[in-house]
Amino acid sequence: MSNVLTIILQRLALGILTLFVVSVVIFAAVNLLPGDFAQVILGQGATPEAVESIRRDLGLDQPVVLRYFDWLAGAVQGDLGTSFAQANFASFVGEGAARGTTVMQQIAPRFENTMFLAGVTALIAVPFAVGLGILAALYRDTAFDKGTNIFALTSISSPEFFLAYVLILFLAVLNPWLPSLSNIYDGMGLGERLQRTLLPALTLTLVVTAHMMRMTRAAIINLLASPYIEMARLKGMKPMHVIVRHALPNALAPIINVVALNLAYLITGVVVVEVVFVYPGIGQLFVDSVKIRDIPVVQACCLIFAAAYILLNLLADILSILSNPRVRHPK
Amino acid sequence: MSGWLWAFLILAGLLAAAWAFRAAGTAVTKNRPYFRDMPFTVAFGYMVAVAAVAGGLWLWFQPGAVFFRWAVQFFVAAAIAAFLFRLVGRHVGPGVTRKAFRQMPLTASFGILAILVYAILAIFAPVLAPYGQSEVVGTVNMLPGGNPATGGDPAHPLGTDQIGRDLLSRLIYGAQNTVGIAFATTCIAFFLGGSLGFLAAIIGGWFDNILARLVDVLMAIPSLIFALLLMTIASAWAGSQQWQLTLYMVFIIAVIDSTRVFRLARAVGQNIVVMDYIEAAKLRGEGLGYLIFKEVLPNATAPLLAEFGLRFCFVFLTIAALSFLGVGIQPPLADWGTMVRDLAQFINFAAFSPLAAALPLMAAGAIALLTVAVNFVVDWMLHRSSGLKD
Repeated sequence: MSNVLTIILQRLALGILTLFVVSVVIFAAVNLLPGDFAQVILGQGATPEAVESIRRDLGLDQPVVLRYFDWLAGAVQGDLGTSFAQANFASFVGEGAARGTTVMQQIAPRFENTMFLAGVTALIAVPFAVGLGILAALYRDTAFDKGTNIFALTSISSPEFFLAYVLILFLAVLNPWLPSLSNIYDGMGLGERLQRTLLPALTLTLVVTAHMMRMTRAAIINLLASPYIEMARLKGMKPMHVIVRHALPNALAPIINVVALNLAYLITGVVVVEVVFVYPGIGQLFVDSVKIRDIPVVQACCLIFAAAYILLNLLADILSILSNPRVRHPK
Repeated sequence: MSGWLWAFLILAGLLAAAWAFRAAGTAVTKNRPYFRDMPFTVAFGYMVAVAAVAGGLWLWFQPGAVFFRWAVQFFVAAAIAAFLFRLVGRHVGPGVTRKAFRQMPLTASFGILAILVYAILAIFAPVLAPYGQSEVVGTVNMLPGGNPATGGDPAHPLGTDQIGRDLLSRLIYGAQNTVGIAFATTCIAFFLGGSLGFLAAIIGGWFDNILARLVDVLMAIPSLIFALLLMTIASAWAGSQQWQLTLYMVFIIAVIDSTRVFRLARAVGQNIVVMDYIEAAKLRGEGLGYLIFKEVLPNATAPLLAEFGLRFCFVFLTIAALSFLGVGIQPPLADWGTMVRDLAQFINFAAFSPLAAALPLMAAGAIALLTVAVNFVVDWMLHRSSGLKD
C-alpha cells in the first residue's frame, strides 16, 4: 500500500507545483497590460494625482514580486481582491469606508451554480457515453456502430453554440417543453432548478459524450484480441457477459482517464454554453469581465478554471493508477 | 405524465415485437441458426430501427416538421453528392487519387467534397458574392427564401441582417475571413510547434527539457480560458484598432495551439532521430536545417497531416467561439461566429416562421459542416495509416 501512497503523493506534489507555476503565468500575463491597473480603471481622463492615489490604494507602488506573493497569499485564503466594476476606493469615499464587492462574493454563488450544471451533465453524460461505447464495441461494424460513429463525429466537431441553438429550437421553441433561458436564483426548488438546468446540461452532454464513447469503444476493442477474451468466448459465455465481466474491468484505466479529461473539457465548454443560455455561472461572469476588462475578476476566474482543470487531470491520474491491480497489490 | 405512459407503452410494444420477430423468424426459416441463436438485444435493435424508420416517415408527413424534412433532404442530397463525387474520382484523374477513391468510405468523400467547396468559396469570394461584405443594401431583417409572401426578397435569397446587409454575401465572405484566418493561424502554430518540436528532438538535453516543461505549464491552462485571458490584455494593447486585435488573436491562438503541435512533433521526432539514417546524416556533417527538413519531416508527414486537420478544427472552433463571445474577429469583417451571435434572437420566432430560425443556424451550420467534413477526412486518414481493421 505504501507504494501506491508514494505515487499518489508524488502526483499531488506535482499538481500543486503546476498550479503554482500556472498562477505565476496568469499573474505575469496580466501584468503585461500597458500602463497599469490604475490607468485602466480611470480610463482616458486619468489625472496623475488620481492615478497615484489608486496605485497607493491597490499597492501598485510595490515591486511585482511582492505583489504576486500578496495576491497568492490572498488567493489561498479566499481573498481574490476587489472587482474593478464594483470597487469603492478609499481615496474616493474616504478612509475606513466599506470596500466594494469582493471578487469572492461575486464568484461564490456562481461557482456553486456552475458546479451544479457540471454535476448534472456528468450524471447524464457518463453512464450514457460508457453504455453507448459498450454497445458500439459489442455490435462493432454493424449499422448501429457506424451510425453512432457518425453521430459522435458530428457532435464532437460542431461548435457548442450550434448544438445549443439546435436544442433550443427543438426542445424550447417548437415544442415548449423546457425553458430556453436558465435563470437560476437562490431559494429555487430542486425540481424547477433541474428543469431549467436540463437544456444546458443536455448541450454539454452532446459535446462530451462523443469523445468518451469513442474511447470506451476503442479501449474495449483493443482488449478483445487478447487470449483471455478468446478463452471466455470459447467457454460459451454470452458476448455481453464477455465484455462486461472480462473486458470492461481491464479497460477501466483508459476509460476513467478519458471521463476525467472530458469533465475537465466541460470547464471550457461551460463558458460558451452559459452565455447562450444566460446561465448565471462562473463562465458568464468570466466573459462579461473579459469584455469590460475587469482584471481582478478575470484573473480569479482564470485561476479557478485552471485549478479545476489541473485537479481533474490529477484525479484522472490517481484513479487510473488505483484501477491497476498490479499497482494495488504489489508482489 | 401521459408522456411517460406513452414512452412505457412504446418500450413494452418494442420488446414484445422483438420477441415475436425472433420467434416468427425461427418458425418461417425452419430453425435457421441466424434467428435461433439471435440474442434478444439484437432482435430488439432491429425493432428499434423499424420503429425509427416508421417514426421518421410519420414525421415527414406532419405539416409542422419543416426542419425534419430539411434535414432529411440535406442528408440525402449530401449522400448523393458524395457518392457521385466518389464515382467521378474513381474514374478521372491520376492513378494515385483513383486508387484512394476506390477504398474511400462515403463519409470521407463527402468530407473532401465539402472542403473543396469551402476552399472555392473562400478563394473566389469577391467574385461569387453578389454584394460587398459590409455593404448595407436592402431593408433590414429579410427572411431567407426569396419569396415576398414569406417575408423574403428575391434580390437577397438568404435574407438580410439587422442592419440590412446581404446574408448570402456575408456567408461567402465569412468563408474567406473565418476559414482563412483559422487556416493562417493553424499554419503559424504548425510552423512554430513543428520546428521547435523537431529541434527539441534533435538537440535534446537541456534545450529539450526547458521547452517541454514550458509547454507542460502552458497546457495546464484550458486553451479557451487562456485565450480569453490573453485577449483581455490584447484588447487593451490594441485600443481602438480593430484589425490589430484580430492580428493579436491570430498570434495568441497560434502560440497556444503550437504547444499541442510541439508535443506531437517532439514525440514523432524522438522516434525518428534514433534511426540509422539520421546518424548517417549527422556523420556526413549535415546542418540542422537539412536534418529537420530533408530527414525528419518527410518521415513524419502522415501523423502531422492528420494532426493538421484536427488542429485546424480546434483553431477554427476556438476562433468561432471567441467571435461568438464578442472578442474574436472584429466587425466590419464578415464572420460566422459573430453572425450567429447577432442573429441568435431570431430563433425565438421559429414557431411563427421556420425561415426565421434558419437565420442563425445557417452561419452556425456552416461552421459545423466544415469541422465535420475535416473530421471525416482525418478519421479516414488515421484509419488508413494505422491499418486498423476493427
